[in-house]
Amino acid sequence: MTDYYFRFTLGQRLMHGLLALSFLGLVATGMPLRYHQAAWAVWLSHGLGGFRVMGFFHRTFALLLTLCFLLHLGQVGYRLWGRREKGILWGPDSLVPRPKDFQDFVLHLKWFLGLGPKPAFDRFTYWEKFDYWAVFWGMVIIGTSGYVLWFHAVFSRILPGWVFNVALLIHGEEALLAAGFIFTIHFFNTHLRPEKFPMDLVIFTGRVSEAELRAERPSQIDRLTSEGGLTSLKTDAPPLWMRNFGRILGGLTVAIGLLLFFLILLAVLRA
Amino acid sequence: MLGLLVLLLLWFSIQPLRAQPLAPEVCLSCHGVAGLDKARDGKKISLQVDGQAFARSLHAPLGCGACHSDASAVPHPPELKRVDCSACHAQAATDFSDSVHGKARENKDGDAPGCAGCHGSHDILRVKDPSSKVYPLNLPRTCGSCHGDPDLAKRHRIPVANAYQLYMDSIHGRALTRSGLLVAANCGSCHGAHRILPALDPNSSVHRSNVPATCGQCHAGVVRTFSAGIHGKAASDGNSKAPVCINCHTAHEIRRVDMEDWKVEIVRECGVCHAQSLRTYRDTFHGQVTSLGFTRIARCSDCHGAHEILPVSDPNSSVAPARIVETCRKCHPAANASFAKYDPHAEPANRTRNPLLFYSSRFMSGLLASVFVFFGLHTVLWAGRALLLRRRKAARSPEDREPPPAGESSPGEEEKQ
Repeated sequence: MTDYYFRFTLGQRLMHGLLALSFLGLVATGMPLRYHQAAWAVWLSHGLGGFRVMGFFHRTFALLLTLCFLLHLGQVGYRLWGRREKGILWGPDSLVPRPKDFQDFVLHLKWFLGLGPKPAFDRFTYWEKFDYWAVFWGMVIIGTSGYVLWFHAVFSRILPGWVFNVALLIHGEEALLAAGFIFTIHFFNTHLRPEKFPMDLVIFTGRVSEAELRAERPSQIDRLTSEGGLTSLKTDAPPLWMRNFGRILGGLTVAIGLLLFFLILLAVLRA
Repeated sequence: MLGLLVLLLLWFSIQPLRAQPLAPEVCLSCHGVAGLDKARDGKKISLQVDGQAFARSLHAPLGCGACHSDASAVPHPPELKRVDCSACHAQAATDFSDSVHGKARENKDGDAPGCAGCHGSHDILRVKDPSSKVYPLNLPRTCGSCHGDPDLAKRHRIPVANAYQLYMDSIHGRALTRSGLLVAANCGSCHGAHRILPALDPNSSVHRSNVPATCGQCHAGVVRTFSAGIHGKAASDGNSKAPVCINCHTAHEIRRVDMEDWKVEIVRECGVCHAQSLRTYRDTFHGQVTSLGFTRIARCSDCHGAHEILPVSDPNSSVAPARIVETCRKCHPAANASFAKYDPHAEPANRTRNPLLFYSSRFMSGLLASVFVFFGLHTVLWAGRALLLRRRKAARSPEDREPPPAGESSPGEEEKQ
């Protein structure tokens, strides 16, 4: 029987689910404004019940995403100061970039070109760290500019009005960056590339098989074997219902994301 | 042939009456007969007159001879002169001869209406008579018999082929047909009656330069504010690019200004001249929302006014520095001077006007371009490599195959166990 190891906790999986839900909701209710000249934008905004309803949902999803962000910060804070897990700040279990990531990146590029072997990745690869920090930065930027626009009456007491011009521009551009990145680069890197196609279910099941772990993250499995932490991560194979749940939910998310991406692309190319 | 026979017969029977002016009954004894006709230029022309309609008409007391003066005796000449209305209606006839219809008739245009074309002939009624073809409530249908006919419009190069249809859907047309308002503008209110001139003629009541005055006959208050505004002043200075009433409201299909579709369209209409302002407006939340077709948000007129638009340099302008906060407050009650520093027509490409926006825009564009180019290449290279390896693996024999790395395949295999 194949061994399985935990990669994501239930909390992390739920967090990703909430993140994905709120992100899709925000893109669907925000992009019609940015691409107002497109026929689909008019259709979607009217279909959702008008711009006021659309705005209501946009703000609701924004609150949900903010909640995710704050929960995450709380969790990082708890692990850092409560459980004194210094490892999350630096080292193989941290999402903070370290020299190995740059080396891995160069080696990976060489591998792309057939000039060397695939680098031995550890728990978090350089592109996963980029994903994390891109989303982190994106939430700070989009969130801040979004709240400035939402509460413009309050902010106008302390900020000059042209800040709203800048906030709207940054909000829209950063949103385009986020949507474009998630719906193409993140989807490809994690789900759609030939090794993973059509979907990496780990974010739904939380588990990876030993064979997959060894192929994808040899450094991690070697390190855990020598440190003796591997057995504590050992678990059963994900049950069928869980995998099917992941397939349906993940498939739906990817489909909606790609649809939104093509709508945006259509509007960008037509403009 | 039969007609001629009847004519001859009647002529003999009325011989004794020759010397006196003819009473209508005398004329009607021939012309009241159904089927009385003759041929002129190969066409059959009816000579029958509806005696009852004539008896009801405005001209009944005048008898036949007042108009058909050369038929004062029976028998009358076989070809009578055309009826000349100018003998009594001199002013109307002079006006008409100047008009587009009058000129067309001069040029032997058979479709152009003469007096009878609009007023009727033997059945002519007073304009105020509700049955008259030129009574305000009936006039559009009368004009529409030609100006609702696209073929006729094409033949005569009439610029608006469906004026009647457009008018009937307009606020004026509905006021007239649905509410029966005599004060509702009908065709004649704007174009005049007898002296209708083409819109390009500077003397026409519907020439651009005269449009405000023409609309002002009813909309006096609006025209007063319009004349004081930047558009009105430019128009009265003879600037042909300055909009007059019809440029925003259109001529025939004038709609209610509180309807959603009009409110959305008028923004685009402003943009026909103010293209740059529309473009920058569309980059703001206000402009995006109206572009999607929603109107409960600032449109051009909410800040600039509609008829009374004044330039920013005018201290009385709603967008002048002294009054801008007051204007913002119409929607944003908490607005203050700092709030009003928001630029509703900001241009990210204009460094002097919006320096911070300019640099933010540059930075964001650079960020987007570098991320997408970098990861785009990364993705293409990765996809290429992965597909190549997969093809090689498939080509190799199954024995020296590496263990499959994908998570999808392993649980699937396990299912079978």
